[in-house]
Amino acid sequence: MTAVIETEGLGKRYRARWALAGCTLSVPAGHVVGLVGPNGAGKTTLINLATGMLAPNAGTIEVLGGRPAAGPAQLARVGYLAQDAPLYAGLPVADHLRLGAHLNPGWDAELARRRVERLGLDPGQKAGTLSGGQHAQLALTLAVAKRPDLLILDEPVASLDPLARREFLQDLMEAVAEQEMSVVLSSHLISDLERACDYVIVLAGSRVRVAGPVDELLATHHRLSGPRRDPASLPGGLQVISASHTDVQTTLLVRTSGPVFDPAWTLSEVGLEDLVLAYMKQAARPAPRNSHRRLEVQK
Amino acid sequence: MIEFHLDGRSGVAPYMQLIHQVRHALRLGLLHEGDQLPKVKDVAAGLAINPNTVLKAYRELEYERLVAARPGVGTFVTGTLDGGSLAAHGPLRRELQRWLAKARRAGLDDESIEALFASTFRSASEENIA
Repeated sequence: MTAVIETEGLGKRYRARWALAGCTLSVPAGHVVGLVGPNGAGKTTLINLATGMLAPNAGTIEVLGGRPAAGPAQLARVGYLAQDAPLYAGLPVADHLRLGAHLNPGWDAELARRRVERLGLDPGQKAGTLSGGQHAQLALTLAVAKRPDLLILDEPVASLDPLARREFLQDLMEAVAEQEMSVVLSSHLISDLERACDYVIVLAGSRVRVAGPVDELLATHHRLSGPRRDPASLPGGLQVISASHTDVQTTLLVRTSGPVFDPAWTLSEVGLEDLVLAYMKQAARPAPRNSHRRLEVQK
Repeated sequence: MIEFHLDGRSGVAPYMQLIHQVRHALRLGLLHEGDQLPKVKDVAAGLAINPNTVLKAYRELEYERLVAARPGVGTFVTGTLDGGSLAAHGPLRRELQRWLAKARRAGLDDESIEALFASTFRSASEENIA
């Protein structure tokens, strides 16, 4: 199966600063991919590269096997919802659907109509007067009715209240179940995405820190605690992501390919949130603080 | 039809929570043979979870022969967990595994183990009849 996003040494530079560097990824189709990282990590830059709105300064990127925004056929296969879900404030709901129908060759008018009806949106209402939640739902409707093979959403729930956030994700998951569609959505909060994603990419300090199917990540990461010892003395095959020590005890978060047999360690499972945070913390440690702050260019 | 719920703080993986809820409903008699499980799409939409998570739970239940998928129709209950006898399988199996390990440590090979089990099983059954 073709990868939905395949990158090799991908990088994007703004003047002297690399907003994204050395990014090598191969994201298989059929997943809901969570792109997680602190603000300024490079999430929006990666998304803009994938949608073809930015051109890379280094490396290559292929989306659904083609160059991003290479032509009408490629554009029709990729749906994109920008941060804050831009709509035309003065344009009524019905006109947004009409616009969608004219601009997208694969437009599913029936799907769009059904969704607007179920959401209880008044076709005559102007988009600018919709509530935050309705606004996001209408934008999602436009993106989904385009019938893309890949839907990319940049921080889709960041500006929504908890109820609207839940409703948006419910709606998105229903669309995923109905259509054979891969999804990439970004957030700086993994808790927003934990239920929805089955694949995670952690971006921090302009680099990919870890990427993989959630099941696999959870199965290969463990928390080890035991009597204090130097992490350097650990058996091979263990990659230490985070370590903390007291005078008598050492607690590690490790990645391992096989079982840990050393009886001195107590092994416990790690949740996705702790796992992601450990990688973000690892990214924050070696580099000086100012090297990975505000690298993301906000428009 | 049952309705699923998720406890975000339980630390139990969502697909496991779905499995537990089906097994629980079977044990409590809320689900019977022939009953349909909620559609994947409805569970995904209801709980805002990934449809693959629901599929994974249903596949696992299928593997346990508790449900069967009819393509294009849905997933239906085919097994029962009444009497709680299935629930006892796990602990019994673990006890048996411990016993097997002990037998091997004592030097018994596969054949001796089988023979010992068969003869003990027979004599225990005879005692019950008597």
